[in-house]
Amino acid sequence: MRKTLITLALMLGLAATSGAQTMLNAAGATFPAPIYQKWFETYHTAHSNVQVNYQALGSGAGIAQLTNGTVDFGASDMPLTDDQISKMKSKVLHFPTVLGAVVPTYNVPGVSGDLNFSQKALAGIFLGHITKWNDPEIAKANPGVKLPADDIVVVHRSDGSGTSFIWTDFLSKVSPEWKSSVGAASSVNWPVGLGGKGSDGVTGLIKQTPDSIGYVELIYALQNKVPYGAVQNAAGKFLKADLAGVSAAAAGAAKDMPADFRVSITDAPGAGAYPISSFTWLLIPAQWQDASKRDAVKAFLTWMLADGQGFNESLSYAKLPAAVVTKEKQQIAQIQ
Amino acid sequence: MSTAATTMERAAPPESGPRALIYRLRHGDEVAHIVTLIFAATILLVTSMMVYELWVQSALTRTKFGWEFFWTRTWDPVFENFGAAPFIYGTLVTSVLSLMIAVPLGLAAAIFLAELAPRKISDTLAFLIDLLAAVPSVIYGLLGIFVVIPLMRTTIGPALKATLGFLPIFKGPNYGVGFLTASIVLAIMIVPYIISVSREVLLTVPRDQREAALGLGATRWESTWKVVVPWARPGVMGSVFLALARALGETMAVTMVIGNTPQIATSLFSSGYTIAAAIANEFAEATGPMHQSALMELGLVLFLITFILNGLARLLIIATERGGGRPS
Repeated sequence: MRKTLITLALMLGLAATSGAQTMLNAAGATFPAPIYQKWFETYHTAHSNVQVNYQALGSGAGIAQLTNGTVDFGASDMPLTDDQISKMKSKVLHFPTVLGAVVPTYNVPGVSGDLNFSQKALAGIFLGHITKWNDPEIAKANPGVKLPADDIVVVHRSDGSGTSFIWTDFLSKVSPEWKSSVGAASSVNWPVGLGGKGSDGVTGLIKQTPDSIGYVELIYALQNKVPYGAVQNAAGKFLKADLAGVSAAAAGAAKDMPADFRVSITDAPGAGAYPISSFTWLLIPAQWQDASKRDAVKAFLTWMLADGQGFNESLSYAKLPAAVVTKEKQQIAQIQ
Repeated sequence: MSTAATTMERAAPPESGPRALIYRLRHGDEVAHIVTLIFAATILLVTSMMVYELWVQSALTRTKFGWEFFWTRTWDPVFENFGAAPFIYGTLVTSVLSLMIAVPLGLAAAIFLAELAPRKISDTLAFLIDLLAAVPSVIYGLLGIFVVIPLMRTTIGPALKATLGFLPIFKGPNYGVGFLTASIVLAIMIVPYIISVSREVLLTVPRDQREAALGLGATRWESTWKVVVPWARPGVMGSVFLALARALGETMAVTMVIGNTPQIATSLFSSGYTIAAAIANEFAEATGPMHQSALMELGLVLFLITFILNGLARLLIIATERGGGRPS
């Protein structure tokens, strides 16, 4: 009994002393969730008075919760649309945090090496115009590879996801027909193909289905040793995705980065830029009522842009290019 | 206080006023009445709140598409054109097909366990079947991906095409995922419900019934099929409807094996989509209010389908009971 009392007293004492504790609630994208958890954890170890509770519910849920004011800040794999911005109670700033890329993965019996995909080929396959593996559009990018005359089975994500957004955003940029008939979003009306739930669902279906092609996050492909192909970039070069290529794409796009950071970097210029890359963003309100929360967020963002970026590559995320970091640091001043 | 005393007191309870209330409270009847009423009312409250919430949240698409929502075949989140037809079709096809597979299997197994198997074996198996009913659906989904899909592509599909390939339902390319695969996985999931409940019901059939049938010269099978099963029919039906409800609402296992393509196709090899799967897949990332509203309306449609099917089920029970085997 006495022990319980002492423990209770201690707990009460602790609660009293940690009154300066700042608790931040956030929700949003699942794709950057591993690095966000790592950042928030590491930051909390160094600054024990700040704790961030991040719920990886998906970009849509993050945006919705921020709109309703149930979280302090959100996170999204796609920038807010004008319509979404108009629904926000106050101004929201976009902070790019890390970069991701999406890669084409396939299962073609008899083909062991990496395949090259031209922009036309990918758009044609996903629109359902290119239906055979030995189509000239695929064959001419892969000299010396013996492609079968079999039907292509397209596999896409069935769940709404940032991965699908990046993929369809790329297809919209390289194919006017895709842009006008399908468009870019986290879920779209796919012209052809089977849907797999999550990255595991897509890779599972591809492994099980001969002659299939789909797409997954670069991180997922690297961590799970999923084979993937090279994609033709804006400069006409075939590139196999890696972290350097993704950062190069971001650097290429950084030159004409809009002031609000709402930018798509798919099909970015530059010989070394991997074409299916994207930023992912933290959505931070510009006006804060609570001064301690505001200061905590500002301090965290400053740390994230400096030390935080050091964790990226160990978790297979590409670093932000220096030019973008400089611009973001200026934006922190807008948080009031 | 003895029971007799209670009964006597109840004969002349205070008619009204606070004394009457106190009297009834003290004797437990009213307390039990209120408590059980509250619990029963909670169910009604939760259900009506769900319907209300779905109704309110789906206002946008309800006003925009009206009744067309039911037969529009497009589902386009980008251009905000939504129709539920492929999802309704997929939900009905997979549920009905899974029942067609699971009911004969489940009923036969229940008859064996209740009537023919030695009691010890029956009890052990029943325990294992109850365990099966508690397996999470994602496990059944994985079973579907790693066992049923390859089997469908390499064995079941080609066999069906070779024998019944002339039927339109077995035409078209077979990727291993689709209506038939989803129905098989669903059937595997719901069979334990049918077996478990049906067995219990069959076991409650009075011994006299069997003995009377045997005494009249019926064989063991005749007594089972013509006397015991008809007697247990309402309970067996109950198990089937429980299974149907599970099949209608199943999300995870179905979405893993159905291919998730919103289309209406005659071929059972073709990929499809169900209402529950679509909601689970798209809700988290549904950014536009129109898209969210369309998903809410899908939920409402699923509610409606469940409601109608349950109503039909009641009617079926009433209709079959009229000519049924149980004396009334």
